[in-house]
Amino acid sequence: MLPPLDELRRLILTTVPAATVTIVENPGPAAQHSLLIGADHALAIARFLRDSSELRFDTCSNVTGIDWPEREVVDVTRTEVPNPAGGPPKVIETKAKRVVPGCLEVVYHLYSVARKHGPVILRLRTANRADQVTLPSLTPVWRACEFQEREVFDLYGVRFSGHPDLRRILMWDEFVGHPMRKDYVEPDDYEWEPTPHDEVLAKAQRHYPAPPQERLPDA
Amino acid sequence: MSDAPAPSPISDAERDELRRHGILLTSVQEIYNWGRSHSVWPLQFGLACCAIEMIAASMARFDLARFGSEVFRPSPRQADLLIVSGTVTKKMAPQVVRLWNQMPEPKYCIAMGACAISGGPFKQGYNVLKGIDRFIPVDVYIPGCPPRPEALLHGLMQLQEKIRGQAIAGPDAPPHLRDDVRGDCTVPAFGPHDLIPPKDPSLWHPPVIVRPD
Repeated sequence: MLPPLDELRRLILTTVPAATVTIVENPGPAAQHSLLIGADHALAIARFLRDSSELRFDTCSNVTGIDWPEREVVDVTRTEVPNPAGGPPKVIETKAKRVVPGCLEVVYHLYSVARKHGPVILRLRTANRADQVTLPSLTPVWRACEFQEREVFDLYGVRFSGHPDLRRILMWDEFVGHPMRKDYVEPDDYEWEPTPHDEVLAKAQRHYPAPPQERLPDA
Repeated sequence: MSDAPAPSPISDAERDELRRHGILLTSVQEIYNWGRSHSVWPLQFGLACCAIEMIAASMARFDLARFGSEVFRPSPRQADLLIVSGTVTKKMAPQVVRLWNQMPEPKYCIAMGACAISGGPFKQGYNVLKGIDRFIPVDVYIPGCPPRPEALLHGLMQLQEKIRGQAIAGPDAPPHLRDDVRGDCTVPAFGPHDLIPPKDPSLWHPPVIVRPD
C-alpha cells in the first residue's frame, strides 16, 4: 500500500537526511500532490524509491517539462487600525509586489508494477531559466527516462548531467532554440499563404511585397 | 490530365468491331500503359494517421489488390508510387525526398491528406513542411483529414487514368522518357530554423493572389 505523501517524505528524509523534500499541493479537484525534491540528492532519492522493498517504484511512466517564467506576485497584508472616531476598526490593505524568479521544472511520474501502486510525482527545478539549467539525469535509475529526458532537453533546454546520450530528439541537431519555452518566438520564415489573415498576413506582407497592380480603368 | 490516346489509324468503333470478332488490335503505347497502370506498387511508407487509412485500404475490406497495387514494397528501389500519407515534419522532409530520389523511373507521387498537401492543421507551425509539393512533383492530391480508404482508391484510379493517358514519345512524354527533365529532386539541408532551401523553386511557386491595399 502506498503511504501518504507526508509519510513518504518522512521515509525519504530518514534515508537521505540531507535532502530537501517539499510537498507541492495541487489545489485542483484532482488533488494529485507531488514531491519537489532538491537537485543535489535527486539520484539518491530516486535510488531509494526504486530499491526500497516496500515502495519498489520500478517504472517511470512519464517525464515532462514545465516552463515557469518570471512572474510578479502581489502580496496583500491587512492591518486593523482602531478608528479614532469610534466604531469598527479600519482595515488598511498594503500591497507589496515581489518577483518570483522563473525556473524550468521536470516532472517524473513513478509507478510500481511489483507493488501495484502509484503514481508518485517527483518535481525537480532548475535554479533559473538562463544559465543554470542543469539537473541530474534519472536515466541511470530508470532507463525509460532516456528518450523523455532528451525530449525535455530538446523542447525546454534542461541539461541533464549524467545522461548517456543527450541530443535533440524531435527537432534536428542544427535547430536553434527550445520551442516549448513560453518566451519562444517562432522563426520568421512563413511562406506566402493562399488565404492570409491576422499574423500570417503581417508576415506575408513583410516577406512578399505586394506586386504592382494594374489600375483598372474607371468605368 | 488528358486521357486522349495517340492518333490511331482506325477508329474506336472499328476497333471494337474487331474485338467482337476476337481480334485484339492495340498499340504499343496502349498495352504498355495498360500494363503499367495495373501494377503500380506503392512504397511501404507511412508518416501519420493517414497511413492507418492506407493500411485499411490495402486490407480485405477495401482491397487495394483489385487495382494491382497490393504489393507494398519495403524498398524504394522496387516501388513505383510514393504515397505521402501524413504530416511531413521538417525533420522528416529530407528523408522523404531521399526515398523519392531512390525510386526508379517511372514513378508517381500521391499526396494523401491535408498535411501532405499543405501542412494541414499544422500549417502555422514552425516544424511542419507546408506541403510535400514544395520538394516533390505530386501527381494526385487526395484531400481529407484523413481521407477515407475509398478516397485513396479513387486517387489511385485517377493516377491509373493519368498513366494510361501518358504518351511514350514526343513532347508529352513523361519525365523518364525525356532527356531534358532531371530525374531527382533537391534534398534540403537542415538550417538553424528551417530547411535550406525551404522550397524547391523549380517545382513550387507561391500562388499569386491579388491583395487589396
